[in-house]
Amino acid sequence: MPPALTTRALVKRYGRTTALAGVDLEIAPGELVGLLGPNGAGKSTLTKIVCGIVRSSGGEAKVCGARAGSRSARAAIGYLAELFRFPDWLSAEEVLVLHQRLASSRGGADERRDLLGLVGLTDARRVRVSAMSKGMQQRLGVAQALVGRPRLLLLDEPTSALDPAGRRTVRELLERLREREIAVLLNSHLLSEVELVCDRVAILSHGRLVAAGAMNELTRSRGLEVETSAGVRLIEDVGRAQVPQLVRELVAAGEDVFSVRLVRSTLEEAFLELTGSDAA
Amino acid sequence: MNAALVAVYAFRETLRRRVFLAVLVLTTAFVALYWLGARFVFSKTSGFSGNPVVDENVVRGASVFGLALFATYFLGCVLAIFLTLGAIRGEAERGLLQPLVARPVGRSSLIGGRLLAAVLVCVPYVVVVYAIVLAITRHTLHWAPDRQLEPMLALMLAVTIIAALSLLGSVFLAPIANGITVFMLLGIGMVAGLLGQIGVVMKIHSLERIAEASSWIAPFEALYQRSLFALTAETSGVTKTVLSLGPFGGPQAGPSQLWLWSLGYLALVTAAVLAAFARLDL
Repeated sequence: MPPALTTRALVKRYGRTTALAGVDLEIAPGELVGLLGPNGAGKSTLTKIVCGIVRSSGGEAKVCGARAGSRSARAAIGYLAELFRFPDWLSAEEVLVLHQRLASSRGGADERRDLLGLVGLTDARRVRVSAMSKGMQQRLGVAQALVGRPRLLLLDEPTSALDPAGRRTVRELLERLREREIAVLLNSHLLSEVELVCDRVAILSHGRLVAAGAMNELTRSRGLEVETSAGVRLIEDVGRAQVPQLVRELVAAGEDVFSVRLVRSTLEEAFLELTGSDAA
Repeated sequence: MNAALVAVYAFRETLRRRVFLAVLVLTTAFVALYWLGARFVFSKTSGFSGNPVVDENVVRGASVFGLALFATYFLGCVLAIFLTLGAIRGEAERGLLQPLVARPVGRSSLIGGRLLAAVLVCVPYVVVVYAIVLAITRHTLHWAPDRQLEPMLALMLAVTIIAALSLLGSVFLAPIANGITVFMLLGIGMVAGLLGQIGVVMKIHSLERIAEASSWIAPFEALYQRSLFALTAETSGVTKTVLSLGPFGGPQAGPSQLWLWSLGYLALVTAAVLAAFARLDL
């Protein structure tokens, strides 16, 4: 089975501005990858090229082996744009019917019921978009992106308008997508969210991929946090293997040891270090 | 198939916006005003020329119906422009287009559907209004144009071209800028057409040449002129001369290949829309 997404030396220029400067990225089937980067790093551009609404200036992008933007590539993706809107005179169910027709999905009413249930909108199937809160529209957007059983789901800031409960719903949804072997490229500013659900993270900065890997590959050990009768302190450059020896030494020195915890840098710290920015 | 689906949704969008309701109300007002005006003209203008050689019925009928033709053309164009001015860039700015374009639907189907939806509203509108004002004219003024089908066909094609031009503009311009541009294009076409009419009446060949050149650049105006011309195409003599001095007098038939050129022009504009939209980054 070909990778869900492959990009090779992908370039996008807008006039003199280079939005993507040669990005290589691969997502395996069923893999959940978080795409991070500061504003203007090229995350949305990359997503848009993959779903075929922006043309690349060089390199290549393939979705399930098909050239990004081709009909077969678009048939394999589900896309939720950062800025999207549905005709506000349609009901939730009608939005899904429209997209089922456009995607030539044969899922029918069963698929609509399943998707509305998945995003917690079962009771809102007849509610018009105009009467929905922003959060409901966002969840409907996720359901729309899943029409036609895509093999690669592209989510551009899917939780930006959601309250904590809504975010949790989307996180749980992403977990369930993993069971359905749907690959996901999650473009988000919420590092904690990415940290919670993603198998791997790719970090873009100034149009370049500055890091990609599993969470423990991007973060590093910062040492041991030890709580003794003398207080809490961080002992750097030591790992799990040194814990028994360290505890023995502390006890021998007359300290009562209450807890020892391995400390790793957070994704946020790794992100800031790699991108050199102040905020995600 | 997909173009038809997009057309159906665009058509429903039009209904939702209550465009139809507004158009229905205003068109009813226009038709009522026209009927009233035609009745007054008929009852108050008996023997107005004082010349037995002039066929007063033709002068009355052609002048009043010329006004109706202009109104039908103008309202049809307004409808065509407003239904398409924000079809691409406007809808992309609102985030309505991206979810559709990402689907395995050809961009040509999206554009085709939008054009089809606009044409399905504008063309029947022109046909219905034309038929009503023709019926009023026949009944009230007891006059009918020399050619009855040609003016309607010309207006149908003219509004279709305007819809395609507005769609083309919507690929490059924001809705308000596009609306202004297409209305100004329409206005320039009208001015060129009026210059041509003045040129015909006053025998100023340079003005006639300007009008002829503009009919190639803006065939929608040439089609409108052709529709006016067809009203009294078979009329001649003093009556024709008197008509040419009126507000809708002196229209030109346009180049002999006008129909062919207009269809070719429509195909070119449609091809330009498709090419521009295919290259557009959203």
